[in-house]
Amino acid sequence: MITTDLLSDIVKQAIKRGATDAEAVGVESTEFHVEVRLGEVEKLQEAASRGVGLRVLYQGRQASISTSDTSPQAIDELISSAVEMAKLTSVDEAAALPARDELARETADLGLYDPDVGELTTDRKIEMARSAEEAARGADPRIANSEGSACSTAVRNAILVTSAGFTGEYQSTTCALTVAPIAKEGAQMQVAAWGDRQCALASLDPPETLGREAARRALRKLNARKVTTREAPVVFESSAAEELLDDFFVAVDGYSIFRRASFLLGRLGETIAAPGLTVIDDGRMRCRLGSRPFDGEGLATRRTVVVENGVLKNYLLNTYTARKLGLRSTANATRALTGAPAVGFGNFFIAPGVYQADEIIASVKNGFYVTEMIGFGFNAVTGDFSRGASGWWIEDGKLAFPVEEVTIAGNFRDILRGIEMIGDDLRFRGRSAAPTIKIDRMMVSGE
Amino acid sequence: MIEPIKFFTGKFNISISDIESLLGVALSRGGDYADLYFEYAALNSLILEEQIIKSANRAARLGVGVRVISGEKTGYAYCDEIDVAAIRKAALTAAHIAQSGSGDGPINVSLVSPAHDLYPVAQLIDDEPLPRKIELLERIDRTSRAFDRRICEAQVSLADEFKVVLIATSEGKLIGDAQPLARMRVMCIADDDGNLQSGVSGGGGRVGMDFFSDEMLDYYANEAARQAIVQLEAQDAPAGSMEVVLGPGWPGVLLHEAVGHGLEADFNRKGMSAFSGLIGQKVASELCTVVDDGVMPNRRGSLNIDDEGNPTSQTVLIENGVLRGYLQDKLSSRLTGASLTGNGRRESYRHMPMPRMTNTYLLNGASDRDEIIRSVKRGLYAVQFGGGQVDITNGKFVFNATEAYLIEDGKVTAPVKGATLIGNGPDALTKVTAVANDLSLDEGVGTCGKDGQSVPVGVGLPTIKISEMTVGGTK
Repeated sequence: MITTDLLSDIVKQAIKRGATDAEAVGVESTEFHVEVRLGEVEKLQEAASRGVGLRVLYQGRQASISTSDTSPQAIDELISSAVEMAKLTSVDEAAALPARDELARETADLGLYDPDVGELTTDRKIEMARSAEEAARGADPRIANSEGSACSTAVRNAILVTSAGFTGEYQSTTCALTVAPIAKEGAQMQVAAWGDRQCALASLDPPETLGREAARRALRKLNARKVTTREAPVVFESSAAEELLDDFFVAVDGYSIFRRASFLLGRLGETIAAPGLTVIDDGRMRCRLGSRPFDGEGLATRRTVVVENGVLKNYLLNTYTARKLGLRSTANATRALTGAPAVGFGNFFIAPGVYQADEIIASVKNGFYVTEMIGFGFNAVTGDFSRGASGWWIEDGKLAFPVEEVTIAGNFRDILRGIEMIGDDLRFRGRSAAPTIKIDRMMVSGE
Repeated sequence: MIEPIKFFTGKFNISISDIESLLGVALSRGGDYADLYFEYAALNSLILEEQIIKSANRAARLGVGVRVISGEKTGYAYCDEIDVAAIRKAALTAAHIAQSGSGDGPINVSLVSPAHDLYPVAQLIDDEPLPRKIELLERIDRTSRAFDRRICEAQVSLADEFKVVLIATSEGKLIGDAQPLARMRVMCIADDDGNLQSGVSGGGGRVGMDFFSDEMLDYYANEAARQAIVQLEAQDAPAGSMEVVLGPGWPGVLLHEAVGHGLEADFNRKGMSAFSGLIGQKVASELCTVVDDGVMPNRRGSLNIDDEGNPTSQTVLIENGVLRGYLQDKLSSRLTGASLTGNGRRESYRHMPMPRMTNTYLLNGASDRDEIIRSVKRGLYAVQFGGGQVDITNGKFVFNATEAYLIEDGKVTAPVKGATLIGNGPDALTKVTAVANDLSLDEGVGTCGKDGQSVPVGVGLPTIKISEMTVGGTK
């Protein structure tokens, strides 16, 4: 068992052996994963896992170490090596634990633990996966094969203890259901994966709904073709818009800023996007996957407006990046078992607009409705963006024919300024979410 | 060198007879096959940034994964410790996948040695004192900055690991391996009066400390700096379909995405790949012979045994344009009767094995690089790439050029900004119209992701010409 007592002892021992400051994290989780394909269980995985990590500071020098071995001897070695390693790194003025008065004073109950998730029986989980796949396969005779359907659950307990006087512990749950049917017509095949991921079982879309939607998404990809290369307005379906937002995060991550590796360097307080765009990071939404009572350094999480009506208001920071930039942490420290804290988002989203997705499509005379993207073509240093895309071509406000094997490209400065319409269809299926958005023009490259 | 069996029985309270009885527990409810995967890994990382060593990190990862196969079903469980009681519990959990009856008690195993010894290492990086490792990073930092006064920052990291594995199977095999792995990475940022650009380089493999010679470190440093400086002058990349020439080495990521993943046996067994059912058919121009080679000495993607304990090998995937075979793991080979190829790999004991690539490359052709470039009227010459991705089912794949130039009237001219290239796996290689004789492998930095599991891989390519490919620029 990893307890607050064990971690407190580790912190005390580290200080005793010479560390100036120490921070211990512990995670224990029970994970379950089942995959069903063509109605039969194909894989079933179950395990309890755990790990302990220790970060120490020695007169401004930093090192970290982690292990899954919690035997007294392994823990003892862990502490000594961490202190010894720290002595050999360089003095880094910005490396420090947060000040005492910044620490969370209580562990807020954000409804992150749903007992129903832990109590779900194996049979029920298999049944959920099976139902999702059945719904997909039953949706249309052209759904001729399946990559399968998966149901996963995790129950997790996380503890953080620091020598600055912080002790915190919270439990959380995750449940996820995904399904990936394959549509076939002639020699061509198209797959679409669709699913949902939530803290609470009751929030999860029903298996049948997910299955039908996955089938719809696979079927609509059939008979896709390339288009000729041209500039055109581009509408991003909400799931594709969410990927744009994930790229945008890299440009407001405090590490990118102090490293001068972001095109948004030095733009705080300036207009960077169309006036309709508001981007928020909120680590305190009830019963959401991106929520937690305290961040990876023990600060109370909060709601941070990153972009408000087109104006860049805040970067997302942890203690280190805040000190580098002369700002205050936004409580976005994330902590893996090993390594110094990083910056991560909580629940990160584009505030919904007023338009229905259909209205947005109807506003386009000739343009591209992007439903999926592929690849990693975003350069945060320059803002240059170029990715593979598929979806539908829009003619006279209507979806005319499916498109694949093309790329879309532009610079994020122009993409942000070119946001013309924002949908009202915001729904969280993970930690980030975006509604449908329309960009005035991007380069679509095909034939 | 470490003997895996002695390592595990010496360091932990476990014996060969314990292993035999645990295999029996795994098959206690029936089941066709079971294996135990013991792993102990030490993973180190060291980070230099802003000219100082910012962090030194070390992780110990140890545990055992238990797998039980029953027909097409797989049960899997693991424990985060090497302890008989904990493994027994995992074995009982995994055993539940089978419901056909009862087992026969302990299963005898006999120790065998791997057929290969591909990465004997005189001096493990894991054993190296920290100050010596720090010197390597500092040298790269100095060299990068000296390359050009506009290089304003270098971030350098060294990640090294040493992994000892022991695999016991219900077929009676007990086999182990000790696997070193190291990767140096450097990213430079160039600043020319507010125009900021980056360049990335690095390398490694299953190597010891001697691999990172001064010459090698200077090469990484200069290469990252050079790329960042080149990008300062980059124009907008072109958009549309055009001739594309790929340089040697890392651009081999094309093969990895366009054909490699599509040839993994699991996708094909299930009829989910754009390459399903195409064995014996023409899927590339006759200039193309593609192999997956797990037995190259010291390469990042190489292994003496795969993660199911089977010997790795060189597998011909495409021969003179004709599809010859798939990459197999134990499960696919059992179900389809195909021979094992030694491609069953996993990220760690927490993961089930599946068919994965090792080092994938295209064999040399007869053309000359300069000749190929001279033959292009208007096109793109791409020499460095970031990552790629593929949709196995419809075959569409992308890969991102990070250093590329225009070719105009047979000459390499202006550098262009990064752009995504997109193509269709089953026909991309049919458009290969020239293959040069300058095959090289990447520097040893590749990591491949599939189903949430990352494994180290290599790619390689001689210079090739593709008659038509869509380039995702803006102009």
